[in-house]
Amino acid sequence: MTVQNQQAVARYRNDFLREVEERVEDGEWVKMCMQCGVCAGSCPLGNAWQHTPQKLFMMIRAGKREEVLTSDAMWMCTSCYNCIVRCPRKLPITHIMHGLANYAHRLNIAPKGQPTREVAKLFWNNLAKTGRVNELKFSLAMYFKDGFVQGIKNAMAMQSVGLGLVKAKRLNPMELFGGHKCKDTGSFNKMIAKAREIEDRKKGFTS
Amino acid sequence: MNASIATNQTILVVGGGISGMTAALEAAECGKQVILAERDTSLGGRTALLYRYFPKMCHPTCGLEINLRRLKANRNLRVMTQTEVVSVTGQRGDYNVTLKISPRYVNQNCTGCGECAKVVEAEIANPYEYGLSKTKAAYLPHAMAYPQRYVLDASIVGTADGEKAKAACKYSAIELDMQIETVELKVGAVVWATGWKPYDAAKIQPYGYDRFDNVITSLEFERLADPHGPTGGKLLRPSDGKEAKNIAFIQCAGSRDENHLRHCSRICCMASLKQTQYVREAYGEEGKSTVYYIDIRSIDRLEDFYQKVQQDPTVKFVKSKVASIKLHEASGDLVLHGVNTEGYHRYAEQHDLVVLAVGMEPESNGIALPADIVTDSSGFIEGSKDGGQFSAGAASSPLDVNRSVQSATAASLRAIQVVHKTSASEGAR
Repeated sequence: MTVQNQQAVARYRNDFLREVEERVEDGEWVKMCMQCGVCAGSCPLGNAWQHTPQKLFMMIRAGKREEVLTSDAMWMCTSCYNCIVRCPRKLPITHIMHGLANYAHRLNIAPKGQPTREVAKLFWNNLAKTGRVNELKFSLAMYFKDGFVQGIKNAMAMQSVGLGLVKAKRLNPMELFGGHKCKDTGSFNKMIAKAREIEDRKKGFTS
Repeated sequence: MNASIATNQTILVVGGGISGMTAALEAAECGKQVILAERDTSLGGRTALLYRYFPKMCHPTCGLEINLRRLKANRNLRVMTQTEVVSVTGQRGDYNVTLKISPRYVNQNCTGCGECAKVVEAEIANPYEYGLSKTKAAYLPHAMAYPQRYVLDASIVGTADGEKAKAACKYSAIELDMQIETVELKVGAVVWATGWKPYDAAKIQPYGYDRFDNVITSLEFERLADPHGPTGGKLLRPSDGKEAKNIAFIQCAGSRDENHLRHCSRICCMASLKQTQYVREAYGEEGKSTVYYIDIRSIDRLEDFYQKVQQDPTVKFVKSKVASIKLHEASGDLVLHGVNTEGYHRYAEQHDLVVLAVGMEPESNGIALPADIVTDSSGFIEGSKDGGQFSAGAASSPLDVNRSVQSATAASLRAIQVVHKTSASEGAR
């Protein structure tokens, strides 16, 4: 092909679909969508989405990389699995939504301050250090995510619930100091690091 | 029934719908001996229960009439109703077939006078109206039934009703002590024309076929439109008998769906396009049809019909697989929810009646076929490994009537080739 031809073809080459297939979890399913719209119609949060799943799939196939990855649509998924159950082509739609969200997050172009993204980050950071979820620290982190003053307000509002949980022995105040851990935190951390390394290699974040 | 007429030059056709009748007639008219075994009480199959054909909007009775005349005129063809195949053993050119004949309780003396139906009181769900109406337990299957003989439902045998029917018959046609018969035959080739059945619409949970009276199948809609049907041809909805003027047609109800039928049933798009014209026929400009579709598959020259319907202002097309149907309690109407993928608009549309264009499933699904028979992933019959058994019409693939007849003629020719070879080799001996 001549350079001119290559340039002409390049305009139509869908690099984004290929990128999604290679780097997004379950991304290879996107091409199977037949645009029937049953996922969009079945989604309980459907009217809250900027783009419905089948629209996102069409946008991927149309090469709209920027619009898809910066969208907050896939962050709205609550994992109810209605779409997976009803999809006539058995696309794992919920998983693709999470895959797209994760990919956008890794590229750091996901919408800043998107609540689902913020919660997910807090949850992961809470879990990944000790191998156990520290519910007290997680709740506090949630309270204080929008600043100190708002955090105090949130904590005051939830005071009776918190005390109730302490009384019922469902919440241990001592968790604030270190908290419980899995048996071998060092090995756990190594495992997480290895998993990250494999994921990075597979998804091409490291060459 | 005497088994001596059958030799291994005989062709057995299983199923007496349009495909089976065609396959049997084509072979019989070529001079071959043919046995046509039909499970039901009458020939005609599902074709006899349609109101009109697409794309010419002509009546199926016309084609049936022609086939029945051919059939009555042919000495080579023997029709056996209420007959099921129990087993097929042996090989190409030399099969042993076991048939089971269920009792009709009415013999060949029957003149179709209908005196028995007058005195019988028990009623059964009319099997020819998909249960939309009831019929007396002594009944003529339908106006075009062949043979034109009454049937006594097994449920009244041994009751006072059965005795009343027997007493009312002037021709000694009712035999209440008829038993199941088993017949052994030798045949050279078998044509499976077992046809199709509608996919069980109740399995499509979000459409609520089992919960909402006004969600019906396309086949039930055919019966509503038929002047011989339960409503006398008026499009009255089941819940309250109101005239349905704003009708939704939902395509791919069960077809093209990994959760239901994997294949495209091919005929449903055309069937729904045809049915929109029943609505127009009934109400003129006042009727309203809305077709919800993934994509319209009107194959090759049938595209003309699609274009004609597209120009009809009473028909609206919405590109969307409907996600769910909810009942509008006050009116009995149904509200369809989904997203129109042309522009991604969310809708909640209200309709009087919803017609599910249900997919075609092989009638033979759930029935044990001979071990030698090969079927595809949906259960459609491809034929036997030894090349002596063939499939015709909708038993082989989802086909419309036109293509079923073509398929049946082709199957008949293959069967003729098998028995022709057999008889030629016998002659040389």
